[in-house]
Amino acid sequence: MAAPAETTQADQPSSGPEEPPRGGQATFEVWRGDEDDGEFETFEVETQPGMVVLDAMHEIQADQAPDLAVRWNCKAGKCGSCSAEVNGHPKLMCMTRLEDLEEGPIHVAPMKTFPVEKDLVCDVSWNYEQNEEIEPFDGRELETPAEKEKGEFRMQQEDLDRVQEFRKCIECYLCQDVCHVLRNHDKYDAFQGPRFMIRYAGVEMHPADDGDRVEEIWDEGGIGYCNITKCCTDVCPADIEITDNGIIPMKERVASEKFDPLAMLWQKVRGED
Amino acid sequence: MTEDLDNVTEHTVDVLVVGAGGAGLRAAIQSAEESAETAVVTKSLLGKAHTVMAEGGCAAALRNVDERDNWKVHFRDTVRGSKLLNDWRMAEYHAKEAPDRVRELEKWGATFDRNEEGWINQRPFGGHEYNRLAHVGDRTGLELIRTLQDKAVHTDDLDVFQETTVTKLFKDGGRIAGALAYDRDTGGLHLFQADAVILAGGGFGQCYKYTSNSWEYTGDGMALAYEAGAELMDMEFVQFHPTGMVWPPSVRGLLVTEGVRGEGGILRNSEGERFMFDYVPPIYEGEFAADEDEVLRWLDDDDDARRPPELLTRDVVAKAIHDENEAGRGSPHGGAFLDISWRDDEYIHKKLPSMVEQFEELAGVDITEEPMEVGPTMHYAMGGVRVDPETEMTNVPGLFAAGENAAGLHGANRLGGNSLSDLLVFGKRSGEHAATYVEELDDAPAIDHDEVETAIDELMAPLENDEGADPYDLHEELQEVMDEGVQMIREADNMEAAIDQLEDLWERARKLSVPGGTSYNPGWHRAVHVPNMILTSLAVARSALMREESRGAHVRTDFPEKDEEWGDVNIVIREEDGEMSLVTEPSPERPEKIQEIIDADPEEVSSEAYGAKEVMP
Ligand SMILES: Cc1cc2nc3c(=O)[nH]c(=O)nc-3n(C[C@H](O)[C@H](O)[C@H](O)COP(=O)(O)OP(=O)(O)OC[C@H]3O[C@@H](n4cnc5c(N)ncnc54)[C@H](O)[C@@H]3O)c2cc1C
Ligand code: SF4
Ligand code: SF4
Ligand code: FES
Repeated sequence: MAAPAETTQADQPSSGPEEPPRGGQATFEVWRGDEDDGEFETFEVETQPGMVVLDAMHEIQADQAPDLAVRWNCKAGKCGSCSAEVNGHPKLMCMTRLEDLEEGPIHVAPMKTFPVEKDLVCDVSWNYEQNEEIEPFDGRELETPAEKEKGEFRMQQEDLDRVQEFRKCIECYLCQDVCHVLRNHDKYDAFQGPRFMIRYAGVEMHPADDGDRVEEIWDEGGIGYCNITKCCTDVCPADIEITDNGIIPMKERVASEKFDPLAMLWQKVRGED
Repeated sequence: MTEDLDNVTEHTVDVLVVGAGGAGLRAAIQSAEESAETAVVTKSLLGKAHTVMAEGGCAAALRNVDERDNWKVHFRDTVRGSKLLNDWRMAEYHAKEAPDRVRELEKWGATFDRNEEGWINQRPFGGHEYNRLAHVGDRTGLELIRTLQDKAVHTDDLDVFQETTVTKLFKDGGRIAGALAYDRDTGGLHLFQADAVILAGGGFGQCYKYTSNSWEYTGDGMALAYEAGAELMDMEFVQFHPTGMVWPPSVRGLLVTEGVRGEGGILRNSEGERFMFDYVPPIYEGEFAADEDEVLRWLDDDDDARRPPELLTRDVVAKAIHDENEAGRGSPHGGAFLDISWRDDEYIHKKLPSMVEQFEELAGVDITEEPMEVGPTMHYAMGGVRVDPETEMTNVPGLFAAGENAAGLHGANRLGGNSLSDLLVFGKRSGEHAATYVEELDDAPAIDHDEVETAIDELMAPLENDEGADPYDLHEELQEVMDEGVQMIREADNMEAAIDQLEDLWERARKLSVPGGTSYNPGWHRAVHVPNMILTSLAVARSALMREESRGAHVRTDFPEKDEEWGDVNIVIREEDGEMSLVTEPSPERPEKIQEIIDADPEEVSSEAYGAKEVMP
């Protein structure tokens, strides 16, 4: 192991910018209203170095509109509460720095795919309902004497890696917001959306899971509706490769287990082994 | 009751759990599994409670990485870390039961990182003698809460009320009878008729400006308990985590996990000195590495090498950073430099992914290349509701408390990783004992109508008052008062001034006014929280003024040393004739056998057989 190099004051970086690049003032156009109707309201906010959109919403609450509804918890990109559309892009407000946005007024709107409760807060209960329907983890029995003595599954890290990727999901539902099957085609009854495709993947690919959800992924999950546009992957703040690592392998699994003869053909067409 | 409360939705349950963090969910699962009809209420959405933010890990003597570990060493570390002021019986349950609780999560689908043999991996953390923290990278809390959330929604007899805030507890002849709550989204009111209530509402970081805690931490659980006649304890012990972000201002206070130091992070002052070697207190003499060379051997798993001094307990490290700043050797924004960049890039990405991201996105700092700037941030409440160590019941029959909401396990200082295990161990215990309590009740307590009406009037008043104080302003003032007067380093004059100001704030908070209606109105929500925060702050300030010594997280410039007379008493708070009364009560006496474990050399304790199932002496 290499010895840690001594750092002196001269080497220390300046942590972060000293001057607010946005000139100390920013204009926000924030959507205000309820499920029936609403409009954008304009607010001027004093900016600080490193400020994120959520900070600005808090400034507005404190000085201008105490009843502005905003959902948030951690302010650190860890809880997935503060999802919204910033200048039309699905984002976590707490991880979106003003400095990274283009010049001009900043538009902040609620997620489009879910009904608005008030202002920036959406009713995301549909997602919770989907999760309740999915067969949860179904752990196998402990097998070897070593496992029984220890009381743990013996699993290798490399076999867990791919499941752990899916478990990074913070349930921000930004992927659900952006998926055209839900956003543009309203297929809420037919397709559970990318967040739950990786929920399936997270239990199905768990090395100690005994469950079999192939039918469910096809029927209730509606995985067939996904046409691999990868928009969900692009917006995921947890950097989960939703499509490549989750949905595509699940589609293949469904194809080979559910439609076995077809699957072989399909795999041939795709030129895989 | 319905005739005069027709806009209130009523629910009758056996057990009501206030809070859906680790403690609340674990309690609710247990209570429902014991076939008690259970409801859980949470101020935020399910899965978003504070527990989701926990990073470093969950402490349990699994012995997967270091065979020398066992419950006794964990117990010893916890008691010593508490500066001998915690309840040793809680520490014993905790150390003995934590391994089973962690493994149970694995059965429910949690995917902890593995060691080379395929068992749950464990990382080192401050104050823990051996590698002890089960973890998932630096997002352990997310794994824990998601696992419990999925378990809970698939458990029978368990209902979850999301974005619902409890504002009042009711009693019937001294026993708990239920609670009033409102739905944050619609403003609708809920009355829970409940034979037992478990408080698992977390802490009170929002009383301070720079905190790692979220908006939810407004001391509700402590205030609700106090107002229902339960006792608070150890409120003076507020943990300031040594490594919060200090720059840019927007993220000041945000946590930098202790995992960074566990993975070899080095603290330096502005002169480039690794100053922690100079701050090893007498109680830990000889237990930490003497120089950099020994640290490197320790990082290479040399059993004979001792831990780096960066892994001293949090109170010690936070105080050291403070002292370096006093001596003019602080970093540009009043902290210290924390450097992990000397380790391999890939290793840092694997072990500390969210720290890499947090600094990159929020501070523009690449931690694989350059040091971070860090400083103390308000992090955790060691104090809280006083409970029976075995059942977690308060002095109010039917009222229980668990997790950060409760006091007892951590005394004057909590060890990192001991909270997540606390949630699991005492969450389960509280759920179990609440269910038993309900089972054994002869008759169900009833809620008095008039009390409910008064509680509703109080709740609605800020929306109806044409004039009154602005809760946003009061909150800001409160944070300033606490930052000035009852910070990490304390002094009588400052605290007395703070108490005067808090009393004034308390008076002003009697009449609040907010615009808007009941539907998702943050101004109104804050109006509900502000009195709870002031009450909790008063409890902290008065206890801190009373304890005339320095111990653990409580540091006084006017009483800089530990005082033996204070070494075996806890400060207990209860309401008497409408006044907050503070008394000292002797801490539970430790039997000789227990004292021996605490005093022993870790190696001696370890040489004994692993006895997790042993009964209490
Ligand atoms: C950034 C960070 C990192 C941490 N890392 C670690 C770590 O690595 N290891 C460790 O052991 N500990 C860690 N901790 C500490 C630990 O995470 C917390 O102490 C612990 O999660 C608290 O859990 P809890 O169940 O008691 O409360 P919480 O998880 O906070 O849950 C409280 C619940 O109560 C609800 N609630 C509160 N008031 C009301 C009310 N009036 N009505 C209804 N519901 C209410 C809330 O909505 C919430 O659901 C960390 C803390 C922070 C802030
Ligand atoms: S890849 Fe599939 S799930 Fe993702 S956005 Fe496109 S259609 Fe939706
Ligand atoms: S998969 Fe990513 S985008 Fe979708 S809910 Fe989870 S964290 Fe959010
Ligand atoms: S507030 Fe938690 S992710 Fe933004």
